[in-house]
Amino acid sequence: MAPKFELKLGMATREAFGRALVEVGRANPEVVVCDADLSKSTMTHWFAQEFPARFVSCGIAEANMVAIGAGLASVGKIPFVSSFSCFVINKGFEQLRVTAAYPGLNLKVVGTHSGISIGEDGPSQMSVEDISLACSLAGFTVLSPADEVATMAHVRLAAACYGPVFLRTGRPKVPVIYSPGQQFEIGKAIQLIDGSDVTLIATGLMLAEAIRAQQILATEGISARVVDMHTIKPLDREMIARACKETGAIVVAEEHLVDSGLGVRVAQVVAQTSPCAMEFVGIEDTYAESGTPEGLLEKYGLMAREIAAAAQKALSRKK
Amino acid sequence: MIKTSDVSELQAISKQVRREIIEMTGAAKSGHPGGSLSAVEIVVTLFFDVMRHDPANPAWPGRDRFILSKGHACPVLYAAFAEAGYTPKEDLHTLRKMGSIYQGHPDKRFIPALEASTGSLGQGLSIALGMGVGLKLSGSAARAYTILGDGEIQEGQIWEAAMFGAFHKVDNVVAIVDYNKIQLDGFVKDIMEIEPLADKWRAFGWHTIELDGHDIAALQVAFAEAAATKGKPSVVIAHTVKGKGVSFMENNPKYHGVAPNADEVRKALEELN
Repeated sequence: MAPKFELKLGMATREAFGRALVEVGRANPEVVVCDADLSKSTMTHWFAQEFPARFVSCGIAEANMVAIGAGLASVGKIPFVSSFSCFVINKGFEQLRVTAAYPGLNLKVVGTHSGISIGEDGPSQMSVEDISLACSLAGFTVLSPADEVATMAHVRLAAACYGPVFLRTGRPKVPVIYSPGQQFEIGKAIQLIDGSDVTLIATGLMLAEAIRAQQILATEGISARVVDMHTIKPLDREMIARACKETGAIVVAEEHLVDSGLGVRVAQVVAQTSPCAMEFVGIEDTYAESGTPEGLLEKYGLMAREIAAAAQKALSRKK
Repeated sequence: MIKTSDVSELQAISKQVRREIIEMTGAAKSGHPGGSLSAVEIVVTLFFDVMRHDPANPAWPGRDRFILSKGHACPVLYAAFAEAGYTPKEDLHTLRKMGSIYQGHPDKRFIPALEASTGSLGQGLSIALGMGVGLKLSGSAARAYTILGDGEIQEGQIWEAAMFGAFHKVDNVVAIVDYNKIQLDGFVKDIMEIEPLADKWRAFGWHTIELDGHDIAALQVAFAEAAATKGKPSVVIAHTVKGKGVSFMENNPKYHGVAPNADEVRKALEELN
């Protein structure tokens, strides 16, 4: 019997980030936060209120902000630099590469408003390349939590580990998947539901959709395993290899360009371990548009039904 | 390590550093001698007089920080590091060779005493300011110095950082513009004019000092003035000569990124005797 998930709406992962940041700020006086005029949206404003001296306002200048963070890290601080994911990653990419990744500094980068579920603001504010770009920074750890419990745990993990980290969060409220107290470990995926016919690997807000897809598939007589790939780098290769071997089919679901995100990274591991039928759910080679978050996720094919359909497709090719 | 305020002693170190720049770029057969030679007095005055640092204890938290934002001029930094005792002098000739700690641009992975890995222009000022903010938060009296190229300040990030430094009153940071008037493609004024340079920095809220960047006594006064300036960061606009000290390299854009050949090395070393 698969465990029951109520999937009640909780807080946005960006909100969980903002709340956890205050917590880690209380626990560790070396934590410093930089923001680029979006603190009311990234939710770093709570930290700013409680620790004004440790909040560094950088203005609308993301490239400078990233390198300021590198300087702070160089003198022993634990800087969290935060903005909308698309701005901090795209405008700060060169700085992330040369000032943070290359020397391997202890810089924490938090992108909020990732994916297309930001809704009405439209594609200039959407971040559908951040997983790809963050993973291409050598030595970076890339985290993509699915709900508020996971996000808070990941903020604590990011503050506690040494080295550069990118944490991906989103704008809309998302369903709560985990119970308080759930343990997370960087690089260790979590198998939420066991199954024998196909494995659904999801990250971020697609995890709730994968759980719903599992329920749809169950009504069709298919036993689906659900895995939360909350750490995108380093990948949990063992979990992926086991899914290939034991279920023989894998669907990867992500709110990211399908050609360059988690799916292709999982496929690389599958190709190297035990090849199996694979399908991918993500954003096709396009930019989205303004709309409600739900409307956009539906229009761009990021719902449980697409994951279930992809599972059927993979199963049809399963040897 | 020699530590001195004596101008003639600092000049003697400068001459030695110039010789090493010629020898190492000559041995490497590539590199950036022109912009290394222009920054010699600035680097020597900082390392052997102004900055508080200890080559025997490079991780001392109270040390002043130095960032060569114009990372391509690393031969001058490597020579200073070797003269100060951070790194082996006998290996300077391995510059740019496989396995050498003297990488083509400064790389912290190879020399931990480097404060930053640089080479992509426009980033060192931000790093220095981040250090400045962090040091102040920690209650440290340490200061951060960074040398910027004149062509480098065409990068937009420099001006993001300039705004940041004044706004946050990061008065423990000093930027030095090595204003040798030449960049890779030619003269700065022909590629992308940066004048009026002092006015720009003043308008951005920086305490601005202009001087001859080869005048060690003037540099000493300027760094003291910067240290005494509270509430705003300081910038030293150092008018310099690209290729300084070697007649055929001076003011010659060719030697931005071309190393002297064996003949040129010999001639240059004769001039630097």
